[in-house]
Amino acid sequence: MDIFGSFALILALITAGYAFIAGIVGIKTRNPLAIKSARRASLVMLPLLTLTAGCLIYGFFTNNFSMAYVAEHSSVHLPLLYKFAALWSGQEGSLLFWSWLLSMWTFAVLFTNRRKHPELMPYVGVVMAGVEFFFLLLNNFAANPFSILGVTSATGAVTIVSQSNGHGLNPLLQYPEMVIHPPMLYLGYTGMTVPFAFAMGALLAHYPGEKWIHLTRRWMMAAWLFLTCGILLGMHWAYAVLGWGGYWAWDPVENASLMPWLTGTAFLHSVMMQEKRGMMRVWNIWLVFAGFLLSILGTFLTRSGVVSSVHAFAQSSIGGWFLGFLAILITFCIWAYWQNRDYLKSDNQLDSVVSRESSFLFNNLVLLAAAFAVLWGTLFPVLSEAVQGSKISVGPPFFNRVNVPIALFLLFLTGVGPLLAWRKTSMESLRRNFAWPMMGGLVAGGVAFAYGFREFYALVCLILAVFVALTVGSEFFRGARVIQTHSGLNFFQSVGRLTMRNTRRYGGYIVHLGIVLIFVGIAGQAFNVKRRVDLAPGSQMTIGPYTLYCQNFDQQNGPNYTAEEATLEVFQNGRPTMMLFPERRYFPASGVIETMVSIHSSLARDLYVVYSGPDPQNNKPVIHAYLNPLVKWIWLGGIVVLLGTLLALLPSSSGPSPGKPQPAGAGSAAEAVPDEDILERTR
Amino acid sequence: MKAQAKFYIGAAIILVTLGWLGWVGATESKAYYHTVSELSSLKGSALHQRMRVSGFVEKGSIHQLDGDVSFTIQENGKTLPVSYVGTDPLPDTFKGGAQAMVQGRLMPDGHFVAQQVQAKCASKYAASTTPLKQTGSMSFPQAPVAETAH
Repeated sequence: MDIFGSFALILALITAGYAFIAGIVGIKTRNPLAIKSARRASLVMLPLLTLTAGCLIYGFFTNNFSMAYVAEHSSVHLPLLYKFAALWSGQEGSLLFWSWLLSMWTFAVLFTNRRKHPELMPYVGVVMAGVEFFFLLLNNFAANPFSILGVTSATGAVTIVSQSNGHGLNPLLQYPEMVIHPPMLYLGYTGMTVPFAFAMGALLAHYPGEKWIHLTRRWMMAAWLFLTCGILLGMHWAYAVLGWGGYWAWDPVENASLMPWLTGTAFLHSVMMQEKRGMMRVWNIWLVFAGFLLSILGTFLTRSGVVSSVHAFAQSSIGGWFLGFLAILITFCIWAYWQNRDYLKSDNQLDSVVSRESSFLFNNLVLLAAAFAVLWGTLFPVLSEAVQGSKISVGPPFFNRVNVPIALFLLFLTGVGPLLAWRKTSMESLRRNFAWPMMGGLVAGGVAFAYGFREFYALVCLILAVFVALTVGSEFFRGARVIQTHSGLNFFQSVGRLTMRNTRRYGGYIVHLGIVLIFVGIAGQAFNVKRRVDLAPGSQMTIGPYTLYCQNFDQQNGPNYTAEEATLEVFQNGRPTMMLFPERRYFPASGVIETMVSIHSSLARDLYVVYSGPDPQNNKPVIHAYLNPLVKWIWLGGIVVLLGTLLALLPSSSGPSPGKPQPAGAGSAAEAVPDEDILERTR
Repeated sequence: MKAQAKFYIGAAIILVTLGWLGWVGATESKAYYHTVSELSSLKGSALHQRMRVSGFVEKGSIHQLDGDVSFTIQENGKTLPVSYVGTDPLPDTFKGGAQAMVQGRLMPDGHFVAQQVQAKCASKYAASTTPLKQTGSMSFPQAPVAETAH
């Protein structure tokens, strides 16, 4: 099966190359047969790569340890789910996984648009085939997952070495979230190729701005959704598995996922400027380019070892391939832009600083500033070595000092933006709509201050969070009221109809609410508490309102590990609340130790307990206990963001507009941005 | 004033503020990276910088005393005694033979006080260092010449 797989891999490479070349030929000669052939070649990538990945997965399932990759990442007793997930736990497999996912996007894009946008799609196909070709080059020549362990004798005859067992999967990865986090993240990264292909294609084809931006927005939103899920799952995994009590360390690999997310968020907002007012055409093209380039840069940073990270990547030659690819891509982007820049002139200019355009401009400015700061901080060791000769790294204080104010400013814009009208807002309307939500925020801040919470940034976050929640709430409320008045439905039905009539706007508001929850959750960090105690059976410790009493401390055995476990009884304000069982596991196959964190999570705070081994002096179990306020809000906020984005991706239903004659052709306008804003007249 | 000019002024103020904040943050957290063998060649102010030093943890050198952990890291034959004074638990990957990175300061007596210890997460994106492939490995897409077990 491995031979079958490696053949399929070569075939995929040839097919991608063919799709690329035939596509270019078809475009140049305007030959519809060449174009069709190229499209079909791209479509066939999916079954080919599914087969390839299937062969590798089959190798895992059948314990084929003569395959080097299987031997390295699996073992006989590894649970089946993790044998599947082992596909992406190493360099070769994860690169194959990337190619496979990219072929899924390519298929989805080309298939759903097979009868639409005939002037644009050939270009899109060529770009996607080109990127696929690069990754297949890597898969075939730089990091082949189908390597066999073998011996060559003097005569050149090769004998395959077959082992009885493999190295096993790193236990840190044997966690259910491990099965979801990388696929989500990779779907996000590979998904960034789609808007890139559309933007590049539209630029080269001089495709009208209104059409491509609209198409691209949806695909960018889908990629962004996966990236968001991937990042949040990664944060949750780091928090619940790695045992250091936190969820974000500004590690280069984390930053690599954040940067395309920031540019993607910027694009999802600035796209509205182009749709409504024909502005920011150049900016949007470059934002989309940047998102894709950053995702390639991200994978380069992760795999090349050029910046040191807890995610262990030794110096590997694969970095050279990525650098070369990046150089080609950047050159191509600059060339394509330069050749076609005249087609990107803006229709309009900024009329007033107190306008929705302005809020989007500031939104983009600070999001890009954040992306730049993160990039700068991540690459600092490389840059400082080039300039000064010594590798200097900057830590969380750098990232936090820059990004916390940016995040708070963004939070402010999130509340103010919807209150501003396009072009220019009258100051009295602004004052009218802005004053009371802001008062609400200040009141909340005042109450918190009175209760003794004095951390500056946390207070500002609370004030703005309440402000935004009230603004969003009022948008839903006022819009629903207008519908209710005109249609006679009850309030909840009106909210439903309001939302479905403009899923993009109201889905977006829900996403904003989710972000508010996440920010509040993160602000809880300002009040973290931690304690370290030797806790023998029979003794107890207190942290915050909790008392932890150690009942017992014994051994357990799992399918592929042995464990030491502490049994703790938790009392809250004197009343017994729950039991916690922090563990420390040892995996014989790989010799690795893993701490299993025990968490009692409530809306107010997480009680987070780690057993970090016996104290060698007195053999008592060492317990690290943490109180992490509001962490649950982050995960809840994440779910709200997910739901809001799914809603925004749904097509809007077009119904009778209250008090306005039905415009002709409204049925086909379901996908376009509804021009009329129900509350426009009330601003 | 034209709206665009107002925007640019606002943007400039924001960017300058962020730049200043970044500079403060960088100064208060920057750490110079050195290998263990480089340490002996450092002079003057370089000895007092916040540093990150990487090396391999010597097997059997990990000792715990009163909540502080001491160990030795070595690289290219040179060794460095380290005491970890941070409050967080040491990472699971930290054990004898692991590749570790310590961040902190070098004391005048030559031992290193570490605020942070990172040990390599073995998510095997790198080539394995343990001799799994004792007899070498080859990748060949074509069928092999001789095949024993499969």
